[in-house]
Order: sequence, then structure tokens, then C-alpha cells
Amino acid sequence: MKKLLKISSILFLFFNTNLYSAEQTKDLLKPGWSFKGFFGKFDRSSLQRGYQVYTEVCAACHSLTYLSYRNLSEKGGPEFSEEQVKIMASQFILLDGPNNDGEMFERPARPSDKFVSPYPNKQAATAANGGAYPPDMSVLVKARKGGADYIYSVLMGYDEAPSGYELDDGVYYNTYMPGNKIKMSKPLMDDLVEYSDGTSATEDQMAKDVVTFLAWAAEPHLEARHKMGFRAIVYLIIITLLVYFSMKKLWSRIETEV
Amino acid sequence: MAEEKKTKRRDFIFTASYTLGAVGVGAAVWPLIDQMNPDASVKALASTEVDISSLQPGQSITVLWRGKPVFIKRRTEEEILEARKVDFKELPDPEKDEDRAKNPEWLVMLGMCTHLGCVPLADKGEYGGWFCPCHGSHYDTSGRIRKGPAPTNLEIPKYEFVNTNIIKIG
Amino acid sequence: MNDHNYTPDSKLGKWFNDRLPLLTLSKHLTDYPTPKNLNYWWTFGGILTFCLITQIVTGLILAMHYVAHADLAFSSVEHIMRNVNYGWLIRYVHANGASMFFLAVYIHIFRSLYYGSYKNPREVIWIIGMIIYILMMAAAFMGYVLPWGQMSFWGATVITNLFSAIPLVGDSITTWLWGGYAVDNPTLTRFFSLHYLIPFLILGLVILHIWALHVPGNNNPIGIDLKKPSKDTVPFHPYIVIKDLFALLIFLIIFAFFVFYSPNILGHADNYIEANPMVTPAHIVPEWYLLPFYAILRSIPDKLLGVIAMFAAIFVLIILPWLDTSKVRSAVFRPLYKQFYWFLILDVLVLGYVGAMPAEGTYLLIARVATAYYFIHFLIILPILGKKEKTLEVPISITDPIFAGSSNPAMTKKYQDKI
Repeated sequence: MKKLLKISSILFLFFNTNLYSAEQTKDLLKPGWSFKGFFGKFDRSSLQRGYQVYTEVCAACHSLTYLSYRNLSEKGGPEFSEEQVKIMASQFILLDGPNNDGEMFERPARPSDKFVSPYPNKQAATAANGGAYPPDMSVLVKARKGGADYIYSVLMGYDEAPSGYELDDGVYYNTYMPGNKIKMSKPLMDDLVEYSDGTSATEDQMAKDVVTFLAWAAEPHLEARHKMGFRAIVYLIIITLLVYFSMKKLWSRIETEV
Repeated sequence: MAEEKKTKRRDFIFTASYTLGAVGVGAAVWPLIDQMNPDASVKALASTEVDISSLQPGQSITVLWRGKPVFIKRRTEEEILEARKVDFKELPDPEKDEDRAKNPEWLVMLGMCTHLGCVPLADKGEYGGWFCPCHGSHYDTSGRIRKGPAPTNLEIPKYEFVNTNIIKIG
Repeated sequence: MNDHNYTPDSKLGKWFNDRLPLLTLSKHLTDYPTPKNLNYWWTFGGILTFCLITQIVTGLILAMHYVAHADLAFSSVEHIMRNVNYGWLIRYVHANGASMFFLAVYIHIFRSLYYGSYKNPREVIWIIGMIIYILMMAAAFMGYVLPWGQMSFWGATVITNLFSAIPLVGDSITTWLWGGYAVDNPTLTRFFSLHYLIPFLILGLVILHIWALHVPGNNNPIGIDLKKPSKDTVPFHPYIVIKDLFALLIFLIIFAFFVFYSPNILGHADNYIEANPMVTPAHIVPEWYLLPFYAILRSIPDKLLGVIAMFAAIFVLIILPWLDTSKVRSAVFRPLYKQFYWFLILDVLVLGYVGAMPAEGTYLLIARVATAYYFIHFLIILPILGKKEKTLEVPISITDPIFAGSSNPAMTKKYQDKI
């Protein structure tokens, strides 16, 4: 009983961290993600489609500063081929320099370059979006309580404001946004993009794809982590058993002595 | 008999624990070592493109590639001649100038002395090429070691002419 | 330490040992007589040593890649997570390692509270331990600032502002701590420097902690003094070593679950947003291991008194050996103390819980009651209890359950059930 109390108190200590904030009014949508769980992996084609949604829709305002184009061909990610990534990168123009004459010049991006941001700096981004800075999306999934579920819920949570609810110009009603007010207009609608793999581009499909892509962007080594974790824990369990039996053997000398 | 069997089993468990433990420690230590190797962003560093259109014969420029200086020299006729007339078999590190400079006018090589990594000075030394001030290695107009402690010729990186004006290193 | 006259077998060993008695030390450590009845709550000393070394090693490595500058810190952490070989693994081990370190240290401290390990003659071990604990909190706090996320920045702001409560010189002290007029780059770089220093101070104190332990020897679950070595003791190596190792491996399995499967669950999402001096997050909460103190701080409606209460909460622990007046060490023989002990644990958990909640309404009321109880426990209950409590009979040896008075078969049975 005492032991139970002890264990439960330790568990309690851990899980009370989940209770940090209790103001979330509505339960988040939980579509279920392939990358959760012990063997969780990203869905490659979803990642590739998600990249398309990001570039064609989100990238107009949201940067992805910490990612490089080369990441798109790395293991555990969308796994485009290196040739594809070269072509994809070259579609973006970035400012490089200074050259030998001391001048800045424009050139197409290479795989080793960071993702080109839509705005030159934070102030420009804020000014162009009515005073609301469109957050960088590199670690967005980790930077929001609820993670992937939360981003997905916000994307799907646009709704008519309840009657009597006052909204200023450029502010939209969203069921899942804390405070229900969001400065981003509804970004996704059916058939906004045309998927090259023939998947029907419904709003829900696009939301899932782009959230999967962002989850990978925030945690590019997730697959390696899950794989290594499984091996590490199996190893630890085996060696723990071996050490346990070694310990029993050793201590049996003491216990028989008495 | 039974006693003997028991000892054997105990030995087995101990040996297995030690062995598996050593494997685990090794596996855990590897990331701690590997983290000092070049990281993904360094490895991915692209090639450098250099505009050489402004170089006159006899002039050279130094550019940085992967954190190392690269000499790009537009050689004069005399320098080419001098580099090619030497019997390369008698050199400390025998190498044909034809193999070092595919386009004889252009010599592209890492500006790092093969002795201990200093940057040699251009147009100095006894062979009209480069001279390393650190420990006195003399290189000829093909960047080959002729005298001094350096063991090998200046290294030629991978490069190609994108067009007549641009060299891509790497 | 009765093995000073050890002589190594080999000639070389003897030559070396005469000049630097490392072999004597190693002989002492392996033969060190340890009570044979230590339970698994005693394995956390070894686990903590492991935690400290892990934090130092992973920290050294992170420092090779981290950039201590307000403009670059956040992106250098992302660089570690994305580009450095196994950087994500090393950072997650370090970040979760801090939590595991505190989990272990709390168990270690509460084990000492239960079995009276802080009592005569082990007061110095306890005080060194408390200094280590305070340094751990300082190191953890400064380490949390380094990624320069929102929680880093605002945590640093809130904690450094505690010092502004000091009368007269408070503002000068905070300005001095910051190296400016707010938390900024100078604050970050000095925190990095100190965060790097403190673990080595801790390491030094750990050596003193173990040294001080080896003078009287280990306490044990029944809290009696032992003859050493005797049939009540076993040599540290291999018996205790393997037991510690087994417990460490179990601990590592839990550790691995955090690192590999929920590396961010103990952190706060806001810390993945780069520090912004113009926007404060909705809830500022410290890491879980500091929550009870945070609750005490907030439960008092006066700035200065709140800060005093928080530091007093740590200070009462330091003087605990003199607050607890009981002659009997182990709670096994103190039926009343045992009740209060579990009540204290509950109280600390409640403090931790309300520390995470907004400081308003019922939560505030609960925090005040819990804070009051915390101090009552140490300052009133323990001194009185030690004098009034009717303790059970204490055996004179581990091996033979013979009691100081008559041997009572019923008591023997009861005692054996307990260990």
C-alpha cells in the first residue's frame, strides 16, 4: 500500500506537468498521426504533399528558417531524390554576396541553402500582415501545446462567429484558437492545390498533409529517434535481466551464510 | 557435479553481463565521439563558383573553399614552359604538369603547404613558384615541391570550367 | 576508515602507493563495509553520481556547438537538433537528464527523511547534500535560460527579480545580475559561464559528501549503529556495486522512455518560441522540480516576505538535524513520525500541483495552507514529536532480530515484515 502510494505520487509528480494550463475551452481534434507511438513513422507521400501545400499556401507568409532544401532529400523526411531537390531549390531566388565588387547579388537557391523566407525580416513580415507576425514554422509543432493536433484543429477550426460576437476587420473567428480570435484568414479550401500524385485535395487532406510536413520540420530526426529508442530499451531490458541474475547469484553467498 | 554445473552457469551469466555491458557502453560512447565530426550543414556545403574573367596572365587570386584558401593562377607562357621542361621523374613527388593543369594556362590548387598547413607565398622561393615561410618549402610554377620539408606537391582540388569565365571548385 | 595500513602486493604498487596512496583509496572503496540490509531506496546515491557525470559529459559536448549570444543561442540549439551528428540525442539526454537528476535527488532526500539519515553523526553529510541541492537548482535554472526561448527569458526575468525584493540594495543587485537594465545578452553569457562552472563545484562537493559518508558509514533501514566490518555488513564491491547497477539500469529504462518517446513532455511548449522581451507567455511556470518552492513564493502576498519564505523553506532543511529531536533514527520504529512523514510528502506534492496552477482563488488558499503546514512540520511537529513520541523497540543487530529489552516473538515478526 505504501509502495503504491509512493509510486503513484511519483507518477503524479510527472503528470501534473500536463496540467500547466487548463484554459483550453474545447477539446482538440485528434485525427490520429502515423508518426505517434513507439514505431511511429512519417507517411512519405503525405510529407511530399505537405511540402507542396507549404510552398504553395503557407510560404506566402510563413518562413521555415531552420530548414535547408537538402533536408528534403534526407532520410526520415519527404525523401525527394537529390535531383528533385536541386530543381526544387533552384526555383527560389535568394540574395547572396557581397561579391568581389562589394555588391549583393541574386542567385537561385542550392540544396545547401536555408529555406528562402517570404520577408527580409521580422518587422517587414509584421508590417505586411496587419501587425501580426506570421510565426516561423520550423518548430511550430513543438512550440504549441497540443502540437500537431492543435495546428490541425486551428486549420479546421474556422467558423462563423456566434451571433453577438464582435470581430474587428482582419480578425477571424476560430474555434480552437485561444481567445477564438485569429488574424490569419482561412488558409485552406478544397482544391486549392493540385496534388501530382492524384490524391484529392480536400481541405481535410491538405490540413493533414501540411501538419505532417510541419511535424517533420520540427523534429526531422523523429524516425531515427524512435528506431534508436526501441533498440536502446530492448538492450536495456536484456542487460537488466542479466545483471539481475548476476546479482542474485552474488547475493546468494551472503544469504546462505546467515 | 551439480556444484560444478552451478559454477559454470554463474560464470556464463557474469561473462554475458560483462560482454553485453561493454557493447552497450561502446554504443553509448559512439555518439559522443561522432558529434565532433563535420555536421550535416558542413558536409552539405556547396561548391564555390569563381569568376576569373578579370585575371591577366601572371596574376593569381586566392578564394576560400571549405574554409581553406584555393590559389587560382593564370600562368604566363614562360611559367608553363618552365613547369613542363623539368624531368618530372626526378622530382621529390613525381607528377606531370600536364596532369596538374588540364588547361595549361590555369593552375588551381589548395593553398596549404603539405608540410604543416601554412599558406605559401606566391612568386617567392628558388623555383619561381611558391615559398612557404613557416619551414622553408619551395614549390615550382606547377606547385610541385622542389626543396624543403614538405612531402608532397600542393593538392589539386576537384574543379571544372563552367564556361570560359567561371571555375566551379568542389 | 580503518584500512590505512593496506600494503599492495606488487613492488611497483607499493612504490607508487607510498607516494600517492591511490591503491589504499581504491582498496578502501571496494572493501568499504556496507550494511547488508540496504534497500533499493539506497541505490539513488549511485544513480545520482551517474546523473551528474551524464550531465557533465553531455553538457561539455553541447557547449562545443552552442553559441552563448542572445541573437544566436536559439538557432544554435536548432543547429544542434538538426545538423550535429547525434546532436538531438545529446540535447534530449541533457534536458531530460536534468529532470531525472531531480527525480533521483528528491527520492534520495526523502529516503534520508524517512530513515533519519541526517541525524547524529551524519549532520555534515546532510548539510553538504543540501548545498549540492541548492547548487543543482541554480545550475538547472541557468541551464534552462540558455536555449533563449520564451520560458528561458521570462523565467530568468522572474527569478532575477526575486532579488529586487531585498530592501535598499535590491534594484542595484538585479541590475548587477543582469549587466543591464533587463535580462539580455550580458545575462545570457554570464549564466552560460556559471552554468558551466557549477557542475564542477557539485562534483567537488559530491566527493566531500561521500568522504563524510565514509567516516561514520551508511545509515540503514533500521537506523541502528553497526559494528564494522561484521556479519551485518558486506563489502561495497561487488555486493553493493551490482545492486546499484541493477537499480541504475531500471532507472535508465525510464530515462530512455523520456528521451526517445516523449522528450519534450517535461518541458514547456513556449520554450520553442524564441525569446521576445515584448511578449510574456500566458503562464510562467518553472520546471516541475521547482514548483513547490514557486508555490511557497506565490502564497505570500508580500514581495519580500514571499522571497524570504521561499529561501526559508530551503533553510529549514539545512537545520533539520537539530529540529528533529528524536533519538531513534528510522521511521520504522516511529509510528507517529511515519504518519507525519507521509503527510509531508502529500503536502509537497500539493505545493507542486498548485505551483503549476494560476495563483488565484482556491489554488491560492490551498497553497497557503500547504505552505503553513510545510513550516509547521519542520518547526513545530518535529521538535515536539521527538520528545513525546513513544517509539517501538529497536533491535541491536540486523542479522539477529534481538531487541534491546526482552526478545518478544511478536515484535520480531512485526519487525521482519517491515524489512
